[in-house]
Amino acid sequence: MVKKTIHEINSKIRDGSVNVVTAEEMVHIVGELGAEEAAKEVDVVTTGTFGAMCSSGVWLNFGHSEPPIKMQKVFLNDVEAYTGVAAVDAFIGATQISETLGMDYGGAHVIEDLIRGKSVHLHAMSHGTDCYPRKVLDTTLSLDDMNQAIMMNPRNAYQKYNAATNSTRSTIHTYMGSLLPSFGNVTYSGAGVLSPLSNDPDYMTIGTGTRIFLGGAEGYIVGQGTQHSSGGGFGTLMVQGDLKKMSTDYIRAANFTGYGTSLYVGMGVPIPILNEQIAQATAVSDAGVTTKILDYGIPSRDRPAIRDVTYEELRSGFVDINGKEVPTSSLSSFKKSRIIANELKDWIARGEFFVSMPVERLPKDVSAKPMKQTEGIAIVSDIMAVSVVTINKDASVYDAAKIIQDTSFNHLPVLNDDKTLAGIITAWDIAKAVSLNKFDMVADIMTRKVITANADEQVAVVARRLDLNEVSAMPVINKDKHVIGMITSDDISKLYARRS
Amino acid sequence: MNLKIKISISSDILTKPIMAEAILETGVMLNISQAHFDRSHGEVVADVESGKFDVMCKALTNKGAVVTKLDVPIRWDENECVECSACVSVCPTKVFSLAEDFSLDVDDTKCIQCGTCVDMCPHNALSLGNNK
Ligand code: SF4
Ligand code: SF4
Repeated sequence: MVKKTIHEINSKIRDGSVNVVTAEEMVHIVGELGAEEAAKEVDVVTTGTFGAMCSSGVWLNFGHSEPPIKMQKVFLNDVEAYTGVAAVDAFIGATQISETLGMDYGGAHVIEDLIRGKSVHLHAMSHGTDCYPRKVLDTTLSLDDMNQAIMMNPRNAYQKYNAATNSTRSTIHTYMGSLLPSFGNVTYSGAGVLSPLSNDPDYMTIGTGTRIFLGGAEGYIVGQGTQHSSGGGFGTLMVQGDLKKMSTDYIRAANFTGYGTSLYVGMGVPIPILNEQIAQATAVSDAGVTTKILDYGIPSRDRPAIRDVTYEELRSGFVDINGKEVPTSSLSSFKKSRIIANELKDWIARGEFFVSMPVERLPKDVSAKPMKQTEGIAIVSDIMAVSVVTINKDASVYDAAKIIQDTSFNHLPVLNDDKTLAGIITAWDIAKAVSLNKFDMVADIMTRKVITANADEQVAVVARRLDLNEVSAMPVINKDKHVIGMITSDDISKLYARRS
Repeated sequence: MNLKIKISISSDILTKPIMAEAILETGVMLNISQAHFDRSHGEVVADVESGKFDVMCKALTNKGAVVTKLDVPIRWDENECVECSACVSVCPTKVFSLAEDFSLDVDDTKCIQCGTCVDMCPHNALSLGNNK
């Protein structure tokens, strides 16, 4: 049995005799020597990760103006920061987007600009009080002008992360990047062999108070992150550090097309090797970290899992899905993760960084609950119209016009002879046909690419499809492509009007 | 050596077979990698042998097309790039790959300027050279 204390390891760091290796190097050391010998040899294992961590932000204290103001609303370069605390503090979140530039610039960019030494424009508003009379404030501030700039990330360093693919027939844009149609690619995140929590999955040394590498500076683990779900291997960390000491080598703003902004955060956690169990845990390899490939084409909380996969397979560049070789992309940088693990190793070896024991361990075997919804989820069949007037594709445009006139339905699904959906025709199509003097068959003027819905889909999902395709109604079809109803933007507005 | 060119076709000549005519007339082959047409104009990206560029360009220009050389395929800003490799899986012609040490390799000669990677890159490190 090997038994070392934090105190012993820190004295070795102080006198320069510490043996520190990265989590990648540790795989081979334990492989060669076994866990017990490795635990004797190695004092600290360093980990590293560099990826998109949306749940990030910075607490800023601006100091008081003359006359003073109690900031009710604050904008930094047009990005709103949260101010519901004291008078001149605000939290700028990475994913908040600019009021004027939209998704091209967000909280993450404000944070990166501040680290780069750029000045940001501060605009604040208030209702004015006897003690804080000022109502509006505009000024320009750089990081040096602020009292504190404390990075505080509620949920970082996921132990591992689900990989993403897309079964649908069109490209989708997600926080996992662009996912090509028909399982065209797989994206994943996380550092596998170097991932901090995967190297200490039982949280023997990682917990509240653990000193870490954060954004190029020393930082600390505050405790479990929000949505910490250690039971399923999805633990998370809440971390904090001093933004003023950080570097843009390790903190970088990002944009995901169609999703918005996010912050790439570099983090490294040292794991003191106190005994052979800890040594064994840090010997985890890419092959030993398994995750699931989920179908992000299904816009639901419970995305179907396509298959299990290891980080080794993901890292190889291809994974097999239904017999097809699908290319993979990492969204986090393994090269940077390595640089971080090595940088932390250097700090420790040079006697500049000391390891710590947590004052409180992270909770184990807890799971994150889904949201409790009291409002009952509306599905298409709840609100669709079931009496649908249709028309055959061989009918004349005149017939279609007459039906629309008689029934006051604006959209007519057009059917093939076997009653399956062939297209859709609207009053507008008819008006156009008339103006072009085209009085032929419905089939000639109908829209063939019909946007449809299924009866068991959620209304919120269908509403977004209506929006994206700029249509105002969709036929609801069953799996045989028979039209069983219609859902219109009117039905949807009525549903939401009823609720509010 | 092949040269990548963009042929822009305005609406008035959209229905004429000007590409076919130019190919027949000059005997120069075009390898078309992309074509986009809508009501108002058409755009074709193609490879042509560099020695034959001038004659092809003249034939197309005479028929009313506008020809641009696409000599800067994809622009990669190494300072913005964090080498995440998100661009690797979406590129249809495998312009991007990761080296042994997980550095990004960019072989821009293979680029057909489809623009997919530009949307994918989270750090705005990629942009199309002279296609836009
Ligand atoms: S996606 Fe962008 S940041 Fe990532 S490796 Fe490619 S060019 Fe670099
Ligand atoms: S523009 Fe298209 S072909 Fe060129 S590098 Fe990007 S994805 Fe590849």
